[in-house]
Amino acid sequence: MPTGYAIEARGLTKQFGDLRAVSSLDLNVPRGQIYGFLGPNGSGKSTTIRMLCGLLTPTEGTATVLDTEVPGDSNALKPKIGYMTQKFSLFGDMTVYENLQFMAEIYSYPSANRRERIEQVLERYDLVRQRRQLAATLSGGQKQRLALACAVLHHPELLLLDEPTSAVDPQSRRDFWSNLFRLAGDGTTILVSTHYMDEAERCHRLAILDHGIKVADGTPQELQNATGMHILEVVADDPYAAQSAIRELPEVASVTQLGVRLRVLLPEHVVQPAALVNSALQAYAIESTVSVSHATLEDVFVAVTLDPRSDP
Amino acid sequence: MKSVSRILAIVKKEVRQLRRDRLTFGMVVGLPVIQMLLFGYAINTDVRNLRTAVADQAGTHLSRQFIAELGQTQVVDIVAFVETGADLEDLLLRGEASIGVLVPKDFDRRIIDRSRSAVQLLVDGTDPTILGVANQLVSMPLNFDTARADASTRNPIAIRPYFNPERRSPLNIIPGLLGVILTMTMILFTSVALVRERERGNLELLINTPVSSGELMIGKVMPYIVIGMLQLALILAVGRLLFAVPVRGNPFDLLLAASTFVAANLALGLLISTAAKTQFQAMQMMVFILLPSILLSGFMFPFDGMPKFAQYIGEILPNTHFIRLTRGIMLREATLSDLTPDFFYLIGFTIAAMLLATLRFTKRLD
Repeated sequence: MPTGYAIEARGLTKQFGDLRAVSSLDLNVPRGQIYGFLGPNGSGKSTTIRMLCGLLTPTEGTATVLDTEVPGDSNALKPKIGYMTQKFSLFGDMTVYENLQFMAEIYSYPSANRRERIEQVLERYDLVRQRRQLAATLSGGQKQRLALACAVLHHPELLLLDEPTSAVDPQSRRDFWSNLFRLAGDGTTILVSTHYMDEAERCHRLAILDHGIKVADGTPQELQNATGMHILEVVADDPYAAQSAIRELPEVASVTQLGVRLRVLLPEHVVQPAALVNSALQAYAIESTVSVSHATLEDVFVAVTLDPRSDP
Repeated sequence: MKSVSRILAIVKKEVRQLRRDRLTFGMVVGLPVIQMLLFGYAINTDVRNLRTAVADQAGTHLSRQFIAELGQTQVVDIVAFVETGADLEDLLLRGEASIGVLVPKDFDRRIIDRSRSAVQLLVDGTDPTILGVANQLVSMPLNFDTARADASTRNPIAIRPYFNPERRSPLNIIPGLLGVILTMTMILFTSVALVRERERGNLELLINTPVSSGELMIGKVMPYIVIGMLQLALILAVGRLLFAVPVRGNPFDLLLAASTFVAANLALGLLISTAAKTQFQAMQMMVFILLPSILLSGFMFPFDGMPKFAQYIGEILPNTHFIRLTRGIMLREATLSDLTPDFFYLIGFTIAAMLLATLRFTKRLD
């Protein structure tokens, strides 16, 4: 009876020489959900995924992945997980069908149902016409679908996806995510790392990583409600000048330009933030409108990676 | 059972990839044939037509007869006549002649006297084979007294060349070349095998599957044993057709020795593959093995003539033992039971290298 969490990590740490790639990470990933790792490059997303599937030994800390201790007998774990690497890692000099066949054989998929299962994933991941094509000659989106097909062929309980959509177009990303939801609906737990906000927003829960430290976690909604920031939106004719003016205010935590709009973040303890920003703009006689806005995930990300609390 | 099917999955994958890799496939066939032709025709220790200069200071009937006979041996090709010994030295220095023949003024008297040498050979000693040829010339009969010819010109030691009565170089070279070619191709294939997968990212996928290190190693080696056997057949066929090199012993013994040797090299290649970070590094390490396999294995130079230190290195190399086996089986009609130490060494080497490679290869990235 699958109860509790698919992944529970306590104090997971990985040190590479002087670099602390992942630092005291605690994680609770519920079963049957899509859990996102959001963070910039080098924030420790890949390292964490690799520790969880036994490719890297944690320097400190432990994790329980599908009731198996990590580090421990990772061979017992392998048949139960599917892994999709950041870089395309299938055999480019074999056809789509041959790659799937190889995966079926290496995972000892029952030979009686092997062909049927391969046909099923070819169909589901829209690779029927490419079956005889060499994997190296596939387009980015097709490669990604093949990688996913290979990762789920053996019905893993847990799917680990390391930046799966970094090399594909937006349409392919949408299709990819609908596949992920279908898999989660069938009960597969999915851990996916990304640096796209729109993808992070689709996850049931997510953790934001920055320099190897988990700076926030929760559902996207929870994170957006708990930024601890006032969010203002400023529309100005000269956004660049407006930006400079706002930055002069010591209270302002961050200013981000989005076209003619500026997203301004101020800590919650600031009273009347809109009036404050307005007066700064008027001091420079900049035509603009200031309005209070709701936090997007990007604002959350900016707010938590600023991390003013850590330097006193 | 799952283990066997996983090994077969790896084998199948390797064969598929190999079939599509034209360069490697070309090497399987091309490398042995090209090397056979190069070594078989180019390496020849029977030297002929060495450029020779002559300074005939005697100028007598006898000296001219001597020079004419020298030319008739075909070992030397007389390219210049000069006056003095200094002129000969000059020609040697400039590399225009390899041998200088100095016939002194009192040549006729020296021939009869016999207590002093009649002719002086100036030899370019930079090339050991030329020096060897000069030694042959020394034993040339220098007797113009026909009545006494038989008694005085007989050599005190007679040589009877066993197993190679015609003294043909290919006969010595091809059994050794078999070892060199197999060393080169087998190590080449497997030394890059794991590294290439690492570079292409395939390894990260593979180590996340249930396949074990041992299964991966065995699966990777098996297809190449077949390729090694193909090369063996090819080399023996070319050796027979072009150079008339026989297999005098039991072909089954040769097959057994060769498959063990192939396995030893494949295991060594895998070991390199676990140590190298890039394909380029793997190639460099391969050269590090290949060079001593050519130079210290007894293929190029007689093993007994090497310094002790070099002999110890040679004893480690599989090729040294394999060359002893092939020369024994192919030329001396020996059986494997006559050559058990070498055969068992190869088996032991294979097992040790395979174990070491499996232990070194962890299914981890750190």
